[in-house]
Amino acid sequence: MADQTSYVRAAEDGVGYWKANLRLIIISLIIWALVSFGFGILLRPMLAGIEIGGTDLGFWFAQQGSILVFLVLIFFYAWRMNKLDRQYGVEE
Amino acid sequence: MEQFTINLLFVGASFALYIGIAVWARAGSTSEFYAAGRGVHPVTNGMATAADWMSAASFISMAGLIAFTGYDNSTYLMGWTGGYVLLALLLAPYLRKFGKYTVSEFIGDRFYSPTARMVAVICLIVASVTYVIGQMTGVGVAFGRFLEISNTAGLLIGAAVVFAYAVFGGMKGVTYTQVAQYCVLITAYTIPAVFISLQLTGTPIPALGLFSETTATGAEGSVYLLTKLDQIVTDLGFASYTEAHKDNLNMVLFTLSLMIGTAGLPHVIMRFFTVPKVSDARWSAGWTLVFIALLYLTAPAVGAMARLNITELMWPNGTSGEPVSVQTIETAPEYDWMLTWQKTGLLDWEDKNGDGLIQYYNDQSDAMAERAATNGWEGNELTNFNRDILVLANPEIANLPGWVIGLVAAGGLAAALSTAAGLLLAISSAVSHDLLKGQLTPNMSEKAELMSARIAMAVAIAVATVLGLNPPGFAAQTVALAFGLAAASIFPALMMGIFSKRVNNVGAVAGMLSGLIFTLVYIFLHKGWLFIAGTNSFPDTVDGSLFGIQSTAIGAIGAIINFAVAYGVSMMTKDTPQEIKDLVESVRIPAGAGAAAADH
Repeated sequence: MADQTSYVRAAEDGVGYWKANLRLIIISLIIWALVSFGFGILLRPMLAGIEIGGTDLGFWFAQQGSILVFLVLIFFYAWRMNKLDRQYGVEE
Repeated sequence: MEQFTINLLFVGASFALYIGIAVWARAGSTSEFYAAGRGVHPVTNGMATAADWMSAASFISMAGLIAFTGYDNSTYLMGWTGGYVLLALLLAPYLRKFGKYTVSEFIGDRFYSPTARMVAVICLIVASVTYVIGQMTGVGVAFGRFLEISNTAGLLIGAAVVFAYAVFGGMKGVTYTQVAQYCVLITAYTIPAVFISLQLTGTPIPALGLFSETTATGAEGSVYLLTKLDQIVTDLGFASYTEAHKDNLNMVLFTLSLMIGTAGLPHVIMRFFTVPKVSDARWSAGWTLVFIALLYLTAPAVGAMARLNITELMWPNGTSGEPVSVQTIETAPEYDWMLTWQKTGLLDWEDKNGDGLIQYYNDQSDAMAERAATNGWEGNELTNFNRDILVLANPEIANLPGWVIGLVAAGGLAAALSTAAGLLLAISSAVSHDLLKGQLTPNMSEKAELMSARIAMAVAIAVATVLGLNPPGFAAQTVALAFGLAAASIFPALMMGIFSKRVNNVGAVAGMLSGLIFTLVYIFLHKGWLFIAGTNSFPDTVDGSLFGIQSTAIGAIGAIINFAVAYGVSMMTKDTPQEIKDLVESVRIPAGAGAAAADH
């Protein structure tokens, strides 16, 4: 099994990996909330001036835009995390 | 050929397909059954999960709710997709790394407490039974229409079919059956939408058609579909389609409740336990959302276009012209659908003022009162239009060929049956495996375990059927309550189990119980105790509700209470033992995951 030094290094790597992961999660969740609760609901009046297909941008975000952003977010997260896994040597 | 025969043919053929696949790829053992997702590509797994998750609520009910309310019900669209972001970022990879098969096993191990596991099982059963009630509502509508019988008779026949379907066994767990169900479901949803989008806007993609100009050119040239829709519904005194009418607080809380609930539903989470690798759990969540989005991007178009078609059928000469006559409804072929749906008791009209015409307008609107008085109208004469019939009636409303109508019948039943059967399996295994064998009677024989599973299933479906006869709302609204319950109980416990090392056994149990009880009591206060009509203490409206929050949105508050109580109680009690801290540490890192191990 692992000796003391490599155990410590692994633990430090683990801390860095987890911090990087949390940062990525927080950024992603800010975007997640911005497009749905933000553009779709609360900030809709601010976007009222931007017309799209007979209505405003907020309506589009509420009915379609947010779903498309959710998709991009999940795939972006999966791609970044798989890179982080390799970078910190914690992949399977 | 008669429409009735065509419907039976399509429904029969699709069932034969599922059974054929189930027999061909039958799971031989318990572990095979549970590991159905292993060794399956994330794309295939995503498709199966999408079929598992999209139910009568998504297929039959949601577009109808959007159609008659417009923008306000965008909450369903955002809520039921946004949850996958939470699932992919906060739960799926870690639960996969943990490597057991059920949600309650994770909660029991992480919070080192059989009590926590038992509480999780109870939360799971409460949420799942509520979910099944919503499915039964949808099943009743579908069977009522396609057998051309009353809604109640349809519900009873549906209950028998669902029971047989679930008892038939692991069929539900076979990934390839679900892939077939997804294909039937998405084709059935998309084809009529494409036809209607072409008719109305000339655009073959419904999602784009929603924001396109209509093909019919009026005096002022072509107009956008949504502009036209806004115009005709406000002409009749209804609330405009694209504007907001609900307060922001309720919209945000309702959306949040659906999102958190999605990430807390055991039958969805389970699918991510069994993918081959941690990285696959992340990809799988993405692919699942891709397949769900195909339906969800089409749904708002289906809703808006159906609303336009229905309103124009009621007012064939424009909203200021003469409305449709009773005689036309009874004789003209394009109104046949109204006669067939009338038989289910879910659609009705009445010529209140005896002028031989059917005036469809909002009789609650002050603006319409004057016009009604001048013309001698005595109230809205399209007296009943159940929201749950819209998607199933949609191809008939748009006068599409008979085979499309049959296809939609098969699709609606695929959606409702697959989810209802899956939930029944989840309930029965929770009762027999987690509750009885795991806690109360550990020495139970395998035969007795199987028997108790069947009994639990029968009890669950009987309860759901009885409550489904007088459902607390339209299918999607009832399902939304189930999501609220899952949001308030399961999700916070799972998330804290991964992201906090400090939350301990006492805290988790206190949190889950307070979240569940608060939400359940709040729902019962507004919907009636055990959903029995008339026993509610507060009217189920925004203004009349206890905290000014609708019962469908309260799950988000329940979740916040769960987090707060769990954290507070944990801080006041003993720290978690070292081996639990190590367990959390190991769950956070993908390395060394190995294959999922069954505790069976």
